[in-house]
Amino acid sequence: MTLTSHGTRFAALLVGAAISGMPALAQDGPIRIGVLEDQSGDFAAATAVKVHAIELATKEINDAGGISGRPIELVIYDTQSDNRRYQEFMRRVLQQDEVDVVFAGFSSASREAYRPIANQFDGLVFYNNQYEGGVCDDNMIVTGAVPEQQFSTLIPWMMDEFGPNVYTLAADYNFGQISAEWVRQIVAENGGTMVGEEFIPLGVSQFSQTIQNIQESDADFVVTLLVGSAQASYYEQAASADVGLPMASSVNVGQGYEHKRFNPPSLANMFVTTNYIEEIDTPASNDFVERFRTMFPDEPYINQEAANSYIAVNLYKQMVERAGTTDHDAIRAVLGEGDVCFDGPSGNVCLDPQSQHMSHTIYLAKVGDDHSITFPRVWENIEPYWLGDAGCDLTKNDPSAQYTPSNPPPAQ
Amino acid sequence: MDFFHTIFSVMYQFGDAFAFLVISCAGLAVIFGMMGIINLAHGEFIMCGAYVTSAAGRAGLPLPLAILCGALAAAIVGIVVERLVIRHLYQRPLDSIIATWGISLIATQGVLILLGPTMAGVGTPLGSMALGERSYSIYRLVLFATSIGLLGSLYLLFYRTRFGVISRATIQKPAMARALGVDTRRVYGLTFGLGAGLAGLAGGLYAPTMTMVPTMGATFIVESFVTVVVGGADIFVGAAPAAAVLAIIRASLTAWYGHLFGQIGLLVAVIIVIRVMPGGLSGFLKRFQK
Repeated sequence: MTLTSHGTRFAALLVGAAISGMPALAQDGPIRIGVLEDQSGDFAAATAVKVHAIELATKEINDAGGISGRPIELVIYDTQSDNRRYQEFMRRVLQQDEVDVVFAGFSSASREAYRPIANQFDGLVFYNNQYEGGVCDDNMIVTGAVPEQQFSTLIPWMMDEFGPNVYTLAADYNFGQISAEWVRQIVAENGGTMVGEEFIPLGVSQFSQTIQNIQESDADFVVTLLVGSAQASYYEQAASADVGLPMASSVNVGQGYEHKRFNPPSLANMFVTTNYIEEIDTPASNDFVERFRTMFPDEPYINQEAANSYIAVNLYKQMVERAGTTDHDAIRAVLGEGDVCFDGPSGNVCLDPQSQHMSHTIYLAKVGDDHSITFPRVWENIEPYWLGDAGCDLTKNDPSAQYTPSNPPPAQ
Repeated sequence: MDFFHTIFSVMYQFGDAFAFLVISCAGLAVIFGMMGIINLAHGEFIMCGAYVTSAAGRAGLPLPLAILCGALAAAIVGIVVERLVIRHLYQRPLDSIIATWGISLIATQGVLILLGPTMAGVGTPLGSMALGERSYSIYRLVLFATSIGLLGSLYLLFYRTRFGVISRATIQKPAMARALGVDTRRVYGLTFGLGAGLAGLAGGLYAPTMTMVPTMGATFIVESFVTVVVGGADIFVGAAPAAAVLAIIRASLTAWYGHLFGQIGLLVAVIIVIRVMPGGLSGFLKRFQK
């Protein structure tokens, strides 16, 4: 009986589709997006806004008629900056809530915590965060920026401007360790010297010794890869000890809007490469900020992860409409055509089929003495080339692995 | 001259670690040492003090006054919490752990809902001073001085005032104190309020140097519990020398091997101390007094 009824329904769908010329899924229920982001805990300051960005994109798409006529329904869980919650909720959205796609994760530790589960249940996950790069996994689509976009631009520019001696201060987990490796490699390639490298456990908030180490080194600038609200205390403490060195970062300002949270001039002379922040003065960006603030008037700051999350919903819409289904293989086939692009708040971006990462225009943001932002330099449309060049090709195989400069994909 | 600079920098790092341990543990030590209550909401009293200090500071109050406001606010919250919850659990120490833990969860989430994930802080005052090639934050020296002053005033309070005599009597022989006409319930309430106020003071003092988030109390918790456990029940012969010993361990390990080993060193020190001296430093020292 079930078989018959399913069969009838399928036939009716086919007929309906043939008559209307619309894809068959138009008659189905809503498309469900699972959202796992930290709305509380150590990372909430930088990530609560991602949920709002997804809600904004969802509202706009639903108001305009949904994805192929189907509305988007969000299934949102607060992961509380806790890796175990990520695993728990990833299982729940994929098994119990049966969502079509998941948007998940801030810290690289949380991503690596849920990635095996996404693989186990073959879930499709958008990771809308800048990170240390290297994830070659066909269950993952990454819309955030990666080292070849953030460090290959920033570090040589800083060395030209301030000098060759570099001190790295990084959070002590996979993000900080691998990012520091990228910095080390780029500094060496450009003829510079690492005069210090220090890894700080998450949750450390007292930096007197670190500040002294930096002053004793011969550094021309400090690369800060500090993560979470406790570690952000560094800036205030460094400013009050008058360290006075320029700082470079791939995470600060663009994620945690430290220039808004701390009193000037503690973030002065900070240089950040980011693909989006709300100060970017383009018509597309200003329009985005206006729409965002209309829906969320109290939003403290619209950061790069907000833009990437917003773009991700729209990219997903495009892929589902082109595939005519939410089936993962069909969506990956669309992605493989290599022309999934979107004209969003950060300009035009495209997904690279080999690595499933996104191209970005990278803005160099400089924090002034009064914590105002200027953009001394812009690099247009940088492809996420490293993974593809290193041998990751998700159109051919799926190693489900994370690679680093010292541990690249095996030679083909 | 260079030798002098090195000595100063070593002293500075020690003083910085010592101040953090003493200031963050004082409130916990008073509540645990005097009342036997293990207060898992200690970090949230610290957060309360920090938030009120920042709000008052941004509203235009001079920083020392703002810090006092923070301490006072935390003390008032402490007295209310004691009256509503803790008072009923003095005979049930394990239940009081659960209750204070619950209070801490409610406080963290409540602040997150009411005030959002972050709040703007007040800048660190006083600037820096240069010594040789290095420069130091003057506020850190103030914190060190404050920690010494704090120990001194607590000593005076408990050993030189009427409140001190009564509270020590209440803690040592509650039945006798009651028989002599002491209102022990009021003493407990005030002592808990004092402990909470000291936690608020810690939050206020560190507010200018830290990020204001609802979970900020958590960064103090490990240090303060470690100090109290190593120190034992008495804040003067326990917590103060424990802070000194732990500050040396932490500062030197951090200087030589980095933050990770500084943290490991603290935790290993606790394990060794509670294995060798179950009563903490104060229990050990008191054995010699007899």
